[in-house]
Amino acid sequence: MRVRYFAWLRARIGRAEEEIPLPPEVGDVAALLDWLVGRGGSYEAALANRGAIRVAVNKEYVGFSHPLAEGDEVALFPPVTGG
Amino acid sequence: MIRVQREDFDPGAELETLSRGNPKIGAVASFIGLVRAESGEALRAMTLEHYPGMTEKELSLIEREAKRRWPLEASLIIHRFGRLQPGERIVLVATASSHREAAFAACQFLVDWLKTKAPFWKSEETAAGERWVEARAEDEEAAGRWKAQ
Repeated sequence: MRVRYFAWLRARIGRAEEEIPLPPEVGDVAALLDWLVGRGGSYEAALANRGAIRVAVNKEYVGFSHPLAEGDEVALFPPVTGG
Repeated sequence: MIRVQREDFDPGAELETLSRGNPKIGAVASFIGLVRAESGEALRAMTLEHYPGMTEKELSLIEREAKRRWPLEASLIIHRFGRLQPGERIVLVATASSHREAAFAACQFLVDWLKTKAPFWKSEETAAGERWVEARAEDEEAAGRWKAQ
């Protein structure tokens, strides 16, 4: 699974993307966030406020209960500010 | 049509191209978004980050929705990314229809929806340093107005 970070999430975590073999306990987006927070450090700090996190799987918006599968591209980012 | 690009665009030429050769078009509406030089403190530059691939996908969905709601003959969204100076153009949204009502409404709809859905993020550089622009509740409300239709 590829996980990508954008805007201040990218800056706070300190990387734009990474490959993560899908952990067996991670069945959906919410569980992935728990798993990433469990790494502590910059992940814990960047992902502390879930209300400020938007998620896309395979480049489409999804909710936190969206299931994840090996091979998915998961993107985590703050609310958008274009236009 | 959707274009996501680093380089600037020529609004006059783009509008000309949009309506050329289609005798049904009687109205063209457009919106141009610029980098404001001041928002509390003087802005030195603004950097727009986006999510290549998803950006085009979302903009296409938004454009398709506008065409479903209004009788449009043509539409165009150009959105820039990268580092921009105050006063530079960020976005052009243009719609063409037989009559003005559809062109005006669809143009405003496209701008309202892209502001809350297209994956772009602005970072501002001021004398105090860099900061990420926060999403505004007003933008969510503006996009929400169109939901019921």
